[in-house]
Amino acid sequence: MWRTRPGDRSGIRWRMLRRRLLSAVPVLLGVVTVAFGIVHMIPGDPVQIMLGTGGAFVDPEREAVLRHELRLDRPLPDQYLAFLAALLRGDLGKSLQTGEPVTALVAEAAGPSLALAGTALVLGLLLGAGGAVLGELTRSRLLRAMLSRLPVLAMALPAYWVATLLLQVFSFRLGLVPALGSTGPGATVLPAVTLALPLAGVVAHVLGSGLRTADRESYVLMARAKGATRARVVLRHMLRNTAVPVVTLSGTTVGSLLGGGVVAETIFGRPGLGRLIVNALQNHDYPVLQGVAAFLGITMVVISLIVDVAYTYLDPRVVSAAVWK
Amino acid sequence: MTLLTALQRRSDDPRRRMPPAAVTMAVLVLLTMLACVLVPGLLAPHPPDAVVPEAALLPPGPGHLLGTDELGRDLLSRIIHGSRLSLVVGAAATLLALAAGSLVGLVSGLFGGIVDAVLMRVVDIMLAFPALLLALGAVAVLGSSPTRLAVAVGVSNIATFARLVRGDVLRVRARPYIKAATVSGVRPARLLLRHVLPNIGGPALSLAVLGFGVAMLESSSLSFLGFGPSPPAADWGILAAAGRANLAEAWWLSTFPGVAVAVTVLATTALGRAAQDRLAVQ
Repeated sequence: MWRTRPGDRSGIRWRMLRRRLLSAVPVLLGVVTVAFGIVHMIPGDPVQIMLGTGGAFVDPEREAVLRHELRLDRPLPDQYLAFLAALLRGDLGKSLQTGEPVTALVAEAAGPSLALAGTALVLGLLLGAGGAVLGELTRSRLLRAMLSRLPVLAMALPAYWVATLLLQVFSFRLGLVPALGSTGPGATVLPAVTLALPLAGVVAHVLGSGLRTADRESYVLMARAKGATRARVVLRHMLRNTAVPVVTLSGTTVGSLLGGGVVAETIFGRPGLGRLIVNALQNHDYPVLQGVAAFLGITMVVISLIVDVAYTYLDPRVVSAAVWK
Repeated sequence: MTLLTALQRRSDDPRRRMPPAAVTMAVLVLLTMLACVLVPGLLAPHPPDAVVPEAALLPPGPGHLLGTDELGRDLLSRIIHGSRLSLVVGAAATLLALAAGSLVGLVSGLFGGIVDAVLMRVVDIMLAFPALLLALGAVAVLGSSPTRLAVAVGVSNIATFARLVRGDVLRVRARPYIKAATVSGVRPARLLLRHVLPNIGGPALSLAVLGFGVAMLESSSLSFLGFGPSPPAADWGILAAAGRANLAEAWWLSTFPGVAVAVTVLATTALGRAAQDRLAVQ
């Protein structure tokens, strides 16, 4: 029993975290390298594009100055090191289109994206977990059957379809929310529902199949034998044991919610990181592309670290398992 | 990535298996889709590009089951003709992701140690970017023809497949018959070909069927955003995007192409889950 003493466990947890932190370093470097590399793999010369009209005559002097300013006249390894150094200083360069610092653009777009992702995450978790638990608790066979099939349906719906449908019904027909723009909380509702729906499906599916598996565990029999009500068995015993994969999934989802909101952002005319990326891609704005990609990648690595830490608290078995290694 | 990872999760409750009726339905839907891909001309009631100005923006009705667009083109016919692009791109992307992902997953799971650590860090790096954005980036690098779209979507899903296949390999490796084979001196190559691969094939196949749906969602989203094949080619994502211009007066234009995608994804998911019931590694 000495293994479960809190002092010991925090030591083990700390060692696990250190190992986890160390393994995050190459991933972080890799993510940043991908952000740098993908931009340099895109065909087309940014300087030519910046100076406008492909093929038309451009002042060679102006071209050389610009090339120098963007550090494009230096060899690739030099550019890479300069990019890394600048990144450490928090400098992501300037937008080719507007000349604004990329850091400012990312910070500006991250606000609405975070608000949207946060709302969608909460909504998706509530809907998904609620559906899964209700499906376990209800005595109605019809409701149970419906709730066990809905998640897959929610996952199969294309985001652009859900978004246009919501727009038609709630903006055009009922006039409840404005169709476009980002002002006010009303404008966040529809895009958040769009993103929350597949997420709710994922949560309900994972939690639901977890709960159904847990139902056959001996601790459920034990709890029932002790006279616990069904609600107590599900909420206190089964839910806690099946929550872990949901936490992992929520972690990985935040990334796709932040960047993958492109579709919802485009349809609802919202500013955000996804729109920023698409816009940068369409206008060959390489520094912006690089900046958003690096930001999203780094965010994801940090989130998965946080999830792994949360793991050790949610599921002490993770820590005890490490003892035996 | 989340979608496929979630879809392949299942409870081990035999009562929760895919009912045969649902599987039959799914197969029928997919056979219909296949017919649309192979002989769209026979099934479509109208030529997909026939412009009939006087029949513009007709709501769904007897003459045009799913209505017409602003040029009077029959939507049902356009969806049927668009199926080829949508489904072939989805299938090609899935095959690519499956082949590359399985290779990585197999190598990683079999060799373990440093190989596994390095490969899994690479997978982590790929997974750090949302799949849709990874595919967007790949389209930007490759350019946007149907082939390149398929490659982009495929590449963006390699990491997920690698993860899941690796998990299956580890589960198979823990089986007693693998230990028995190792102990009796079977060479690694033979161990792989005769003992691991046959047991990995089934789960990987069901993964691929599930992954097809995910690839369809992703590729049609890219098309919708304008990163797909260029006109006059029209897959379902492009059709849905085109319908946005007339969203207020013609709801059917953006609705039905999305329904086509959703129905296909649902059918493949049902089929994939049925395959899992039989083939998954316990």
